[in-house]
Amino acid sequence: MNAASPSLTRQHRETVLRVLIPVGVVVALILIWHLTVTISGVPQYILPSPGAVAGAMVKDWGTLAPALWVTTQITMAALALALIGGVGIAVFLIQSKWIETAFYPIAVILQVTPIVAIAPLILIYAPTTQVALLICAFLVAFFPILSNMVQGLKSVDHNLLNLFDLYGASRWQTLIYLKLPASLPYFMTGLRIGGGLSLIAAVVAEFAAGSAGAGSGLAFRLLEAQYRLNIPRLFAALILLSILGVVIFGVTSFIAWLSLHRWHESSLKREN
Amino acid sequence: MTDLQSPEASPPSTSAKRPLVVMTNVSKSFSSGTLALSDMSLTVAGGEFVSLLGPSGCGKSTALRIISGLGDVTTGTIDWPSSRINAKGLPEGDISFVFQEPTLMPWQTVFGNVYLPLRLKGVSKVQASDEIMAALETVGLKDFAKAYPRELSGGMKMRVSIARALVTKPKLLLMDEPFAALDEITRQKLNDDVLRLWRDTGITVVFVTHSVFESAYLSNRIVVMKARPGRVHADFPLVTSHERGPLYRTSEDYRAACEKVSASLLEAMGPGAAMEMH
Repeated sequence: MNAASPSLTRQHRETVLRVLIPVGVVVALILIWHLTVTISGVPQYILPSPGAVAGAMVKDWGTLAPALWVTTQITMAALALALIGGVGIAVFLIQSKWIETAFYPIAVILQVTPIVAIAPLILIYAPTTQVALLICAFLVAFFPILSNMVQGLKSVDHNLLNLFDLYGASRWQTLIYLKLPASLPYFMTGLRIGGGLSLIAAVVAEFAAGSAGAGSGLAFRLLEAQYRLNIPRLFAALILLSILGVVIFGVTSFIAWLSLHRWHESSLKREN
Repeated sequence: MTDLQSPEASPPSTSAKRPLVVMTNVSKSFSSGTLALSDMSLTVAGGEFVSLLGPSGCGKSTALRIISGLGDVTTGTIDWPSSRINAKGLPEGDISFVFQEPTLMPWQTVFGNVYLPLRLKGVSKVQASDEIMAALETVGLKDFAKAYPRELSGGMKMRVSIARALVTKPKLLLMDEPFAALDEITRQKLNDDVLRLWRDTGITVVFVTHSVFESAYLSNRIVVMKARPGRVHADFPLVTSHERGPLYRTSEDYRAACEKVSASLLEAMGPGAAMEMH
C-alpha cells in the first residue's frame, strides 16, 4: 500500500470537515430560528422567519443590490486609501525619531476620537456625501495599518541591517529589499483589521450621513426599513452586510496566506 | 602592540604585498562608558588565516566590526591599504562578513539570499546567476537554490551565509563565531569546508572564536586577546608541516598547537582563571 495515501486521505477529510462544521452550525442556527418563530408565533414585524427574510431578499433585490454595491465601493476605496496612507505615513514616520515624535500623536488623536463624533463635521466640510463617507471610513481603517507598519518597519533584524550597511546599501535599497518585506507579516495583520474596520466605519458614517438626508448604501436601506417597520428587508440588508464582511475577511486572509505561507511562522503548520 | 608575552610573539613577516588591514592603536569606548578595546594594533596580510581568540568580553567581536568598517573607532586609526575606499571612508566590495547567526532573509529563497550583495550593487539577476550558482556549489548547496531558509538545517543555513559572503569574491572574509551555535559534527564539517575554501581561493580570513581547538585547527596565526579592557595579549604564528584536514585532528602537531594556544589563553585570562580551570 502506498505510504502517502492514508495521510492524504486524512488531510482530505480534515479539509472537508473544516468546511462542513461551520456550515452545519449556521444551518442549525437558521433551523432553530425558524422553529422558534413558528412555534412561538412572533409577529413578522418583530422577528421575521428565515423564509420571510429570503423572500424579502428576492423581492427587494432591486433596491438592495445597488445599495450593496455602493457600500462595497466605499469600503474598498477607503481600504485602498488606508493602505496607501498607512504604509506611506509609516515609512515617513520611521525616517527619524523626531518625525515620529512630532507626528505620531496626531495619528493617535485621529484614532481615539470616536468617528460618530467627527462624522457631522466631515459631512459639513466634504464636498459630497460620498467623499464624507470615504473620509470617515479611511480615518477608522488607516490607524491599525499605520501602527502595525511602524512596528514592523522598526522590528527588522539588526544583523540584517548591519549586513545591508556593510554592502553599502542605500536608504532606498534598505527600504525596498529589507524593511518592507520584513514588515509584510505586520502589514497583513493591519490589512485584516483594517478591512473589517473600513466596512464598520462605512456603515457608521452612513448612519450619520443618512440622517442628514442623503445616501443609498446598505446602512441607509437598513435605517429606512426600520422606519417603515419592514423588518424582513432590514434583516435582508443586515445579512448582506454580514456576507460582505465575511467576504472581506476571507479575501484579506487569503492574501495574507498567499504572501506569507512560503516563509512566515504564522502561516506554517507546526511539524512536531 | 601591547604586551607580547608569548616567547615567539613576533607577527609573521608580511609579504611584499600591501597588507589588507592596518589597525593602529585603536581604542573603542561605548556610549555607556565601557572601554571595549584599548590600544589595539593589528596588521593582516593577504593570505593569512588569523584567529582572534579570547574570553567573552575581550572585544574580539568589536575588533572584527571595526575591521569590517561597521563600527567606528574612538581613538587610533583603521586603514585598508589595498582596498578602494568609498565616499563614506569605507572599503568597497573587498570585505565580507559572516555573523554568528546565519542572518538570512526568510522571505527570500537560498538563491535570493545569495543574490543580495550583487543585487545591491545593481547586478541583474540574469548576470548574477552564474556567480550565485558557483558560490552555492562551493558550499555544496547547488541543489537547494530554490529552497527557503526555514527548510534548511542550521548548518545549511550557515553555508548559505558563507555562500553569500563569497559571491562578491572578497579579498577578506570576516567570521564572527560563525559555528558557535552548531553541533560538534556540523562544526567540524564546516571547519574543513572553510579550510578548503581558504586553500583553494587564497582568501584572507579573520576568524573570531572562543574555542582553542577551532583556532588551533584552522589558523596559521593566532591573536589572543585579554578582557577588561579588550587588548591584544599575544600574537603568534602557528606553523605545522602537517596538512590541515581531518587527519591533522589526531596528530601530535595539533595536540602541541592546542597546548600552546591554550597556555597563552590561560595566561591572558590571569591567575584566577588558571585556578578555575585546574
